[in-house]
Amino acid sequence: MRVPLSWLGEYVDLPEGTTPEDVHAALVRVGLEEEDIHRFEVAGPVVVGRVVSFVEEPQSNGKTIRWCQVDVGEPEPRGIVCGARNFFEGDKVVVTLPGAVLPGPFPIAARKTYGHVSDGMIASAKELGLGDEHSGILRLVELGLDPEPGTDAIALLGLADSAVEVNVTPDRGYAFSIRGIAREFSHSTGSDFRDPALAVDPTEHADGGFPVAIDDSSPVRGRVGASVFVARAVRGIDPTRPTPPWMVARLTLAGIRSISLVVDITNYVMLELGQPIHAYDLDRLTGGIVVRRAQPGETLVTLDDQTRSLHPEDLLITDGSGPIGLAGVMGGASTEIGDGTTNVLIEAANFDPTSIARTARRHKLPSEAQKRFARGVDPRVATRAATRVAQLIVELAGGTADGTGTVLDDAPAPAPIALSSGFASRLVGVEYTDAEVADALTAIGASVEAGDPLTVVPPSWRPDLVDAPSLAEEVARIVGFDRIPSVLPVAPPGRGLTLDQRRRRTIADALAGAGFTEVLSYPFFSQATLDAFEGRRVPTMGLANALDSEAARMRTTLLPGLVEVARRNLSRGLTDLAIFEVGTVFLPQDGVRYGTDSVPIGNRKPDEATLAELEASLPAQPRRAGVLVLGNAVERQPGQAAVTSGLVDVLDAARIIAAAVGATLSPVQSAHPALHPGRTAELRVGDVVVGFAGELLPSLAAELDLPRVVGVLELDLDTLFSVAPAEVASWPLSGYPAATQDLSVVVPAEVPAGDVLAAVVEGAGALLEHAALVDDYRGTGVPEGSKSITLALRFRAPDRTLTAAEATEAKLAGLAVATERLGATLRE
Amino acid sequence: MSDPTPIPDAAVEAATDAALAAVTEASTVAELKAARSAHAGESSVLAKLNAELRNVPADQKAAKGKLVGQARGRVNQAIAAREAELAAAEEAAQLAAETVDVTAVPSRRRLGARHPLSLLMEQMSDIFIGMGWEVAEGPELEHEWFNFDALNFDEDHPARAMQDTFFVDPPESHLLLRTHTSPVQVRALLSRELPVYVVAPGRVYRTDELDATHTPVFHQLEGIAIDRGLTMAHLRGTLEHLARQMFGEEARIRLRPNYFPFTEPSAEMDVWQPNAKGGARWVEWGGCGMVNPNVLLAAGVDPEEYQGFAFGMGIERTLQFRNDLNDMRDMVEGDVRFSAQFGMVV
Repeated sequence: MRVPLSWLGEYVDLPEGTTPEDVHAALVRVGLEEEDIHRFEVAGPVVVGRVVSFVEEPQSNGKTIRWCQVDVGEPEPRGIVCGARNFFEGDKVVVTLPGAVLPGPFPIAARKTYGHVSDGMIASAKELGLGDEHSGILRLVELGLDPEPGTDAIALLGLADSAVEVNVTPDRGYAFSIRGIAREFSHSTGSDFRDPALAVDPTEHADGGFPVAIDDSSPVRGRVGASVFVARAVRGIDPTRPTPPWMVARLTLAGIRSISLVVDITNYVMLELGQPIHAYDLDRLTGGIVVRRAQPGETLVTLDDQTRSLHPEDLLITDGSGPIGLAGVMGGASTEIGDGTTNVLIEAANFDPTSIARTARRHKLPSEAQKRFARGVDPRVATRAATRVAQLIVELAGGTADGTGTVLDDAPAPAPIALSSGFASRLVGVEYTDAEVADALTAIGASVEAGDPLTVVPPSWRPDLVDAPSLAEEVARIVGFDRIPSVLPVAPPGRGLTLDQRRRRTIADALAGAGFTEVLSYPFFSQATLDAFEGRRVPTMGLANALDSEAARMRTTLLPGLVEVARRNLSRGLTDLAIFEVGTVFLPQDGVRYGTDSVPIGNRKPDEATLAELEASLPAQPRRAGVLVLGNAVERQPGQAAVTSGLVDVLDAARIIAAAVGATLSPVQSAHPALHPGRTAELRVGDVVVGFAGELLPSLAAELDLPRVVGVLELDLDTLFSVAPAEVASWPLSGYPAATQDLSVVVPAEVPAGDVLAAVVEGAGALLEHAALVDDYRGTGVPEGSKSITLALRFRAPDRTLTAAEATEAKLAGLAVATERLGATLRE
Repeated sequence: MSDPTPIPDAAVEAATDAALAAVTEASTVAELKAARSAHAGESSVLAKLNAELRNVPADQKAAKGKLVGQARGRVNQAIAAREAELAAAEEAAQLAAETVDVTAVPSRRRLGARHPLSLLMEQMSDIFIGMGWEVAEGPELEHEWFNFDALNFDEDHPARAMQDTFFVDPPESHLLLRTHTSPVQVRALLSRELPVYVVAPGRVYRTDELDATHTPVFHQLEGIAIDRGLTMAHLRGTLEHLARQMFGEEARIRLRPNYFPFTEPSAEMDVWQPNAKGGARWVEWGGCGMVNPNVLLAAGVDPEEYQGFAFGMGIERTLQFRNDLNDMRDMVEGDVRFSAQFGMVV
């Protein structure tokens, strides 16, 4: 909402020199947040001039300019070059003299042009910031003005005014008016408030009237679409009369373009009182008005010349010809006010907020009228607003106003609210006196009946005040939030982070400690991208209104996000990457319909079955950890060759993650459609698969403009946590000497070394403290198709010094299992 | 053979001098070894003289024995001393040879980094954990009831359209990407025993195009406390404690009236940031208020008995003004240089 200060000053006292910043500061205290300041940005000298004479001079460029002599109230006229030709000798115009500044900023100076020194400029309305009119210069006669030459045009046209823009929260529809803002300003500053609505006498011309009927056959959510409807005719107006400059200036500052006098008046009164007004060309109406819902198949051409297919829920204004307006949203083209309109019908109605909001959303028509109706308009202001419009039309355009006739008014009176003594204090934490409470509520326009509880009837413009907390908020707001003290509450003892919350932190810290950089990527991708990374047609959740239709599906894997981040880094010349993300993936199952057909109501706890249904209506959203490496793991340095990253690094990352939660991962040679067929490991804890690691399929990497080797890892943390120990089991350390022995066995080349290790560990029994793979040898001395695997074994007994014979015995027991299971033979 | 003096003193002296000279001259361990072999070995002059002792008449045996023994002792001592000297020199030479330029030692481990948004959420959560609060969580793809209806957003309320919601396809399924962490309020109240004091940090979504000040995916930290007798004074106290932990002892909270469907009274909170670059200032931080009774009813809590407050703030925004960052895009693009600036510290 934009509020011209001159306008605000009509209803409250603005001390001399009040700046827009002062007004902002006052309004923010009562909850109207500052947005902006608007000014005309015109600085003097800008004066009225009279065109004494001019000579037309054709130019070599084909244009014809006028060399004018203009009386600006000085002894001698000034010579001014003007490109426009829409004026006559004797016309009063606006002259910007050297030293003036127009919006741009565009400083005016005496300058040589077309063979003359132009001593200023004759301005168009657009150049002055007064609208879009730029087809010629502004002729003051068109504004109905005939001032003396030399008069200050800035004051004359209202260009010295400025406006504050504030953000109006959705509960305060009444603040979409100067009336509402002025009231709030008075709450903040204590200034007197002069209600402009009360300045209008709605009872004048109560006779007569225009036939109107409300016929709502299908109210939205049980509420009839129109509760108040005032229709009032003004006949015999002069359609040539201009909008006075003060009104143009205020409308312009308020962000509304001046269109024609009658339309400008309806907008002006809407801004003043908050009541949206529509004006029809009375002569284009057919019979009386009926307010009803649309019928199937009906259409309406709206003022913007769009043909709208109407929905049975749309509330319409109709006449004998059919629909003539989308009630409360936008009028129809067929009854639009035009250049020749002499008889006008004014509509001031109160429409149901829900119905209007839905229609506006449905037709994507965010008009000034619907914005106000959707937030609630004071039902008591309609008659006064219609009267105010009629008065202004008669005053500025002539004609005579018909009577109002019988006003349709079914708007319910606001319901009284019981407010117990001390309620506001108990909620806000401030000890308000009873007088403070009553005064605050009276100030906002409520009627307060003494007693305990107080009986409070909210004012007609506050449909948001429905219960005791909403009244307490008003008390807190009017008395001031700065009265609220600061008290630290004491929560009961807590349990700290949950095990899983701690685990997620430990994992992220461990990965960062091991050289990986955390990133947070967007989860939106195309189906094709997700399919490529999953290597199959994967079920996904999609968005109905994605920002990018090419990225409308929710990720099922962290990998494409990591790849996107990697590509961005590569494009910035960062070629050695080790990144990770811990985040959610969205995993719907094929054939399952997610969501629910209806939504339980808000202010009541759904029964357990309904809650369970809501819970079950969501797809699985497990947390994952993803890692990507490319380029060098170790950079080339003096005495250090570069070490390229790949599978090694992501397997390390997997072990780091597992170790962070006390689990031991086993890699198993595996396959994944998006990964290198020979470099893919399924990762298991025991028998449970928790993820995979590998290198991207080189063809996929090439398609993504990535280097050939890209190591990736993805672990499902929820699964990992389910198999990780809550507590670590430890055992006493033996202080007896260890016996170390190597074991070299020959196995078929295709036997995984990990299987050999596992077999030996299993066979060697309890005396084996540690076993590690130290060599994988193929070549001389080992038969073709076989390989030699060497293990370093460390044996230790808990209660004695082991003899070499005991260690050897255990080693051979390990070998025996490897022989039996894998055909391993001892390498001689 | 009848030699009255089988071991002439002069011979012992000459052999000793020769031996000592050889030891002194040895400049390497190898030379010293050769000297030892020549002058103290079995075929050395002194060894031979020593062997002669058995032929010395009994009356001279003691004197000659002492003479030879002392001579051999001196030679052996000299060898040992020289050996130690040479070993020390060789060790020193080796160490000298092993000198490296410590400014050019290669690094085999790269430095990783947490994302500052994650660190900030953890730090803020920890402040609440320190007060006995707990950290609650909820799904990012959420049911409309939790995101709107249970939070007192009427089906047609303009605030609902205001939220710029990503709806899941088809919209009739009533699923969406949560627009705030507030659904966790309702989930916490439904699943926990009262009183409830929880914070919910997490990811939220709104249909804003990415630019310097907006991102469609961002993070919030939500807090809710429901107990007997909680007031807006407790809300202010809690926020001021948080502000002081984050911005120093002089930090303060200012509340301004505002509107949110799920709180009443509702307030916008500003924080006085005493340590701001360019001078102390008020900064808009987030929204808060007393939990609307309708929200309590949706979660099955009796508003006659319990009341409380809720608050929420954007983590990106917090990081932006706390660490004086200008461009939101740096936080979301994953450029590793951004996180690297922070490392493990925010």
